[in-house]
Amino acid sequence: MEWDWAFVWEIMPTLLEGLKITILATILGAIVAAFVGLVLAIARRSPNRLISRPVGFIADFIRGTPLLVQLYFIFYVLPDIGIRLSPLVAGVIGLGIHYGTYTAEVYRAGIDNVPRGQWEAARATNLSMRQAWIHVVLPQAIPPMIPALANYFIAMFKETPLLSAITVLELMNQAKSVANSSYRYIEPITMVGVFFLVISLISVIALRFLEERFTRADER
Amino acid sequence: MIDWSGYLGLILQGALVTVELTVMGSALALVMAFAAGLGRLSRFAVIRMLATVYIEFFRGTSIFVQLFWAYFVLPFAGITLTPLQAGVLALGLNVGAYGAEVVRGAVRAIGREQHEACVALNLGRYHRMRHVILPQALPLMLPTFGNNAIELLKGTAVVSLISLTDMTFQAQVVRAQTGSTLIPFATILVLYFAMATAISAGVRWLERRAARGLDGVRV
Repeated sequence: MEWDWAFVWEIMPTLLEGLKITILATILGAIVAAFVGLVLAIARRSPNRLISRPVGFIADFIRGTPLLVQLYFIFYVLPDIGIRLSPLVAGVIGLGIHYGTYTAEVYRAGIDNVPRGQWEAARATNLSMRQAWIHVVLPQAIPPMIPALANYFIAMFKETPLLSAITVLELMNQAKSVANSSYRYIEPITMVGVFFLVISLISVIALRFLEERFTRADER
Repeated sequence: MIDWSGYLGLILQGALVTVELTVMGSALALVMAFAAGLGRLSRFAVIRMLATVYIEFFRGTSIFVQLFWAYFVLPFAGITLTPLQAGVLALGLNVGAYGAEVVRGAVRAIGREQHEACVALNLGRYHRMRHVILPQALPLMLPTFGNNAIELLKGTAVVSLISLTDMTFQAQVVRAQTGSTLIPFATILVLYFAMATAISAGVRWLERRAARGLDGVRV
């Protein structure tokens, strides 16, 4: 079968429709992951072992099992206990929690890099634990970790095609439905690959820019 | 009452396919990692460029898209792969691209003085790599290789979508036949985690072995 440009233009609107959902899922997933990661990282540092140990185990468990199975779990098992989620919401939660366990490690490294003296100074000026976190530690810890976080968000973007398995109509799923109705696989699947390649190459360039900017800020 | 032992057998059959895929995929990934990683350090610009294109291409798109491409598009080019072949090919090439960066980083991390000492001792390029650089670089690569192997194990779940009967596929079969969702999915999650734990234990053992005899070489 030959490559057919006319067919490519014909399916382009459908694919762009899917691309919108893919990008939406990535952005929402990134927000959830950034938040979940922060909570996990702080909980893991808790002096109370009853909190830090189980949280550590859960994070390791999520990181050691496939995202696809976790998506199935959220999408098929939760309705049994009465939590019915739309495919996109289930997908965003799955992506967010899965990548949250990765970003937790980034936060942990960033928080560990804040010198001890900063904690002690915060205590010495009579700041509460909460104030020390919000006003002293996190503002210093977060900027240097932005490139590493962005790296995981790019990785997450590349995993979004998995959402097609739980019937989210994102780029991959649109391509598959086009392919199944027209019996032409070359163009849709190749175009999906091209879209992903182009967007991730652009994001890698943006990442280099972030790295440059924030490492320089760090050295100042 | 559902007879769970039969269904458990089905899932264990799937587990065998998952293990098979992980082992074969890792073997291919290891070969590709060294080929492309050392290729990027080659003195020939053509080889460097080929290796870079390979790495950027496979890191830039997801395993899922690559797998579908291998399974649905390659047949039109006259290459028909079985699901298992497509799975091993996609997983191995994808993880190999990540591994290549690890190989490159580790080789680059070995100090210049080691290279210079080899030149002073009149070792050829091959012997320099084989007997001096790689034995020192290997312990640096192993921890990340372990993580990559776990990523590969997690990637195998995707092959269920091209109708390969791995653990995830079998769990879906059990779900379809029994209507129970919690038990099959919880079982395979535990099995995947057990496999990941086994991989990291194995890699830690290899790390100890590879570091043997290198005491005092590095700080």
